[in-house]
Amino acid sequence: MSGLETVPLWLSIPIALFVILGSNLTLIGAWGFLRLSSFYDRLHAPTLATSWGTGGVTIASALLASWLQDRSILHELIIGFAVIVTVPVTLMLLARASLHRDRMERAAHLPPELLLMHPSLERPSEVAASGLVE
Amino acid sequence: MSHTILVWSLTYAQLALALATCLADIRILKGPRAQDRVLALDTLYIAVMLLFLVTGMRLGSIFLFEAAMVIAVMGFVASIALAKFLFRGEVIE
Repeated sequence: MSGLETVPLWLSIPIALFVILGSNLTLIGAWGFLRLSSFYDRLHAPTLATSWGTGGVTIASALLASWLQDRSILHELIIGFAVIVTVPVTLMLLARASLHRDRMERAAHLPPELLLMHPSLERPSEVAASGLVE
Repeated sequence: MSHTILVWSLTYAQLALALATCLADIRILKGPRAQDRVLALDTLYIAVMLLFLVTGMRLGSIFLFEAAMVIAVMGFVASIALAKFLFRGEVIE
């Protein structure tokens, strides 16, 4: 019905392997994201899904589409490129935002050397308000 | 034989990705802070995008693939906007 019967055995085995690899890594990433205790630990878990999770599924989709529809595999590469390039930017920005919020609240779980912001990055009014300098 | 391999592996991938979506949902509900929820939303985006891709492979349809591409681009913009909001309290300065 969907053309899956026409795929030969030598192509179906790598497709299956890549699909199972990608979905397993995504599941492990989500499971670790639920289990880890601190936000800075949890930040690392979804990168499993965004590196080889996305890579495996997009490679499998490209293989299947290039057999079934004689379509160029460039479309899948766009998805892989978009995810692999943009997600580190998101995570870096999110980590900095979280660090900023923790510093503003003087969170107890931050190591003491991280509580002090670099002087050139902090506005004078905020330094005076937070009481970090006399 | 090859049809059986493909159908079973795609079914397994669908189940695993659906479970990953549920785990990200639990993290959204649990929290404990706003940045956890933003990160869980980002994980949810990725898992649903992969689920769309796998379902599109199984159905042989290209429309699900287009939807996955839109999710991949829009999820980045949404997460960046939310992270920026957490950082400054406003999105556009």
